[in-house]
Amino acid sequence: MTPPADTAPETTVPRRLSLRFLLRQLLRLALSLAALVTASFAMIHLIPGDPLRQMLGPTAPKALVDQRRAELGLDDSLPAQFGHYLAQLAHGDLGTSFFSSQPVSDIIAQGLPNTLSLAVLATLTALAVAIPLGMWAAVRTHGGRGRRTEAAFTTLTGAAVAIPEYLYGLALLLVFALGLGLLPPAGLTGPASYVLPVAALTLAPAALIARLARVETLRELDTDYMRLAHAKRLPARRLYAVHLLPNTLTATLTMGGLLLGGLITGSVLVENVFAWPGLGQRTVEAITQKDYPVAQAMILVYGALVLVVNFLVDIALGVLDPQSALSAPARQEG
Amino acid sequence: MRRLLRNPLGLAAAVLIAVLVLLALVGPPLFGDQAAAIHPDRINQGASATDPLGTDALGRDLLARTVVATRLTLGLAFLATLIGTVGGVLLGALPAVLPRRAGRLVVATVDILVAFPALLLAMFTAVVTGLGARGAVLGIGVALAPAFARLTHTLTASVAGADYIAAARMLGVPRRRILTRHILPNIAEPLILNTAQSMGAALLGLSAMSFLGMGVQAPSYDWGRLLNEAFGHVYVTPAVVVAPALAVALAGLGFMLLGDTFAKAAAGSAEPLGPTRAPTVPPAREAPDPDAVLEVRDLTVAFPGGVTPVRQVSLTVRAGEIVGLVGESGSGKSMTAAAIGRIVPHPGLVASARSTLCGTDLDALKPPERRALLGSSLAMVFQDPTASLNPALRVGGQLAEVATQHDGATRAEARSRAVRRLSRVHIRRPEQVARQYPHELSGGMRQRAVIAMGLMGTPRLIIADEPTTALDVTVQREVLRVLREAVDDTRAGALFISHDIAVVGELCDRVSVMYAGRVVEELPADALHRARHPYTRALIGSLPGMDTDRSRPLATIPGRQPSPADVHDGCPFADRCASAGARCSTRPALTTRGTGHTVACWEA
Repeated sequence: MTPPADTAPETTVPRRLSLRFLLRQLLRLALSLAALVTASFAMIHLIPGDPLRQMLGPTAPKALVDQRRAELGLDDSLPAQFGHYLAQLAHGDLGTSFFSSQPVSDIIAQGLPNTLSLAVLATLTALAVAIPLGMWAAVRTHGGRGRRTEAAFTTLTGAAVAIPEYLYGLALLLVFALGLGLLPPAGLTGPASYVLPVAALTLAPAALIARLARVETLRELDTDYMRLAHAKRLPARRLYAVHLLPNTLTATLTMGGLLLGGLITGSVLVENVFAWPGLGQRTVEAITQKDYPVAQAMILVYGALVLVVNFLVDIALGVLDPQSALSAPARQEG
Repeated sequence: MRRLLRNPLGLAAAVLIAVLVLLALVGPPLFGDQAAAIHPDRINQGASATDPLGTDALGRDLLARTVVATRLTLGLAFLATLIGTVGGVLLGALPAVLPRRAGRLVVATVDILVAFPALLLAMFTAVVTGLGARGAVLGIGVALAPAFARLTHTLTASVAGADYIAAARMLGVPRRRILTRHILPNIAEPLILNTAQSMGAALLGLSAMSFLGMGVQAPSYDWGRLLNEAFGHVYVTPAVVVAPALAVALAGLGFMLLGDTFAKAAAGSAEPLGPTRAPTVPPAREAPDPDAVLEVRDLTVAFPGGVTPVRQVSLTVRAGEIVGLVGESGSGKSMTAAAIGRIVPHPGLVASARSTLCGTDLDALKPPERRALLGSSLAMVFQDPTASLNPALRVGGQLAEVATQHDGATRAEARSRAVRRLSRVHIRRPEQVARQYPHELSGGMRQRAVIAMGLMGTPRLIIADEPTTALDVTVQREVLRVLREAVDDTRAGALFISHDIAVVGELCDRVSVMYAGRVVEELPADALHRARHPYTRALIGSLPGMDTDRSRPLATIPGRQPSPADVHDGCPFADRCASAGARCSTRPALTTRGTGHTVACWEA
């Protein structure tokens, strides 16, 4: 062998760019959270007329309205109120419910775990079902083969996407709980209680992710490195799980992350269908009863959940696909 | 529109929406009284003869109420879509009109808003505006706007990059006028397509709000409100939720399908091709070449519609030899390589009189055995090294897997072999490179890594498909040297595919020239100057040399190669050939003109 003589420059990209990527995402999260906190604070002040009057009704005595207003600190100047709001938030104090006099933080502590477990379980189920299904459909329909499979797949998933989660919830409730009596219709009494709400939340996103996974997989199947991997005669399992999957995941998980955001709020509807002891029922109650402190806090919590989920998805993508993490900052600058 | 009606799903969706619109128009006058009639004797009943879909808490017919509610439901959804569309388009077009900094702020705000789910934005608005249809419509409208704004912004940005916009800018057309005259008309179509889907989304969102009690309030009712009222009795008479739920589901489906069909009609879809007719090739009669690592006889690849990119190509590659395969783009070189490696894309079919790799008949092997043989004995190198390495996997792992999968090596063995192979293709710091991802390497390094990957097994044949075309000239030499060394070290044979006859002449031992899917001349590389086929001579003649007269245009071959779908009886090159004669209307066969030199030409 001749001694190494490189004419090509050995370019290596420094790893610290990943840190820059992380910082950038953190900054983004912080800015979005700040906007959310401001919006939730502004919410009460945007209500036309007197929010206290709205809350207590036209028949409440003026003295009571004034007293409550003073309690809430709504007589102070706006900057002072905002400062107070931020200080409270920093201490985890989200105010007190007008109707139950329960601290809002207690309400959230009770409901949040149930809401989160439902949403996380539904997301995992959707991804676990949809990605293999989409990849299978892609392999079956690649290059114009399996036209019937393709037609059936796109029609069924298209229809499944169009139906909202609460209608799935109602249908599942009617058939499996009230009709067949196989599963509990309401509340959280054990693992079986999860089945129907999770199924209701999963169906539409799973159909959407499966479609996306198929499109992504089709695109990847045409790349040179998949041709080369074919030429290396790797077993199917390795070919699809190791070579194909990571490259289809980026777009699929981006979508999945956005769906998880939608799924968190979709859980509001499903929780109401199945009387789930999460945040959803309390949120609807608070908004319909004009319990503003609770409504304000709930919107803050749901919004923050969505933002944190998006942040985590971005970070996960950076780990999975270093190229996107490295090019993302450049893209944003450009 | 005609395409829409030809698609059965599109037709179904159009009919469904038409029926809904009709019901919205005639429902209230026809069934209004029936929907309002209170029957205390039939409260919360399931299906019956008088009330096919049950009654509500006041004994009112649910079917009639569902039909009557169509008007309010569709009307509110339309209003919300209108708010979302107009608001979104304005918001999305703002950055094109505003000063740069303010425009960026708008884009950033939209970016943040898009992240929030529609229902959350709608609930926020509902709190601020108070409960009721007005708040819900406003809320859903506001919730739809960010997506529209982002779409408008993306479309505007893509159109704004077009040359005619640049020209308008240069002519000093004001920005607002550019927006209204040039940009909006060009982005209108995708925006309108999006509206059908948004209408569906608005309808579902409003129904959800009403179902939760945050939308339409009694005594008005839309489908969501009906669901809300019925849901209170669902445990007692489950059937009462069926009518409004079905209505929401059908309307959602209708709008979604219509949007899909619009989008598909706009994108256009390819007509399906017929099935491929398998090419037929009689088996070879002459004895196999004992020295050959690769021997193919009459290799033919066929696609639907009579497209035959490779026609009866015969090639022999012996151990330690590099055979060049040259020709213009579209001559079938790469498809020949794919056919040898058995990676012809679907729906192509391959046939040959004989395909042997290292003396084993590929067609006689069972698929797993063929996979094992090709996986360990054949190495492939493609044109674009950026695309040949999987971007998501480390370089070392992609090399090592060949050893773990085909030779049963342990991970550590495979890893150290990968590092040794990387250093063999002159990659410096191979341990470090093995840990890196493909995008961290330069193009030349990547291509050498791909060659190293081919050397992981015990390749008997290396197929290199234009391995240097995508590289700089300086890096090209490096890759060619590595390839030559690999062949010399391993005594493998190599098939080197290139359109560059100069490179082929330098690197290869023998050369096969392909034209229109066939080999037209085969000769030793050092005999290229004695080439007899007019096409080979033209290829060589089109090379600029040191003594080329620079004042005259470079020599080119006039005319174009026939397409792989053409069926021609004569010599395919005749149309472009200066010396073509009468005999050229029948296709010449390859005939021997000296040692290792065959030509398919009547006139040569």
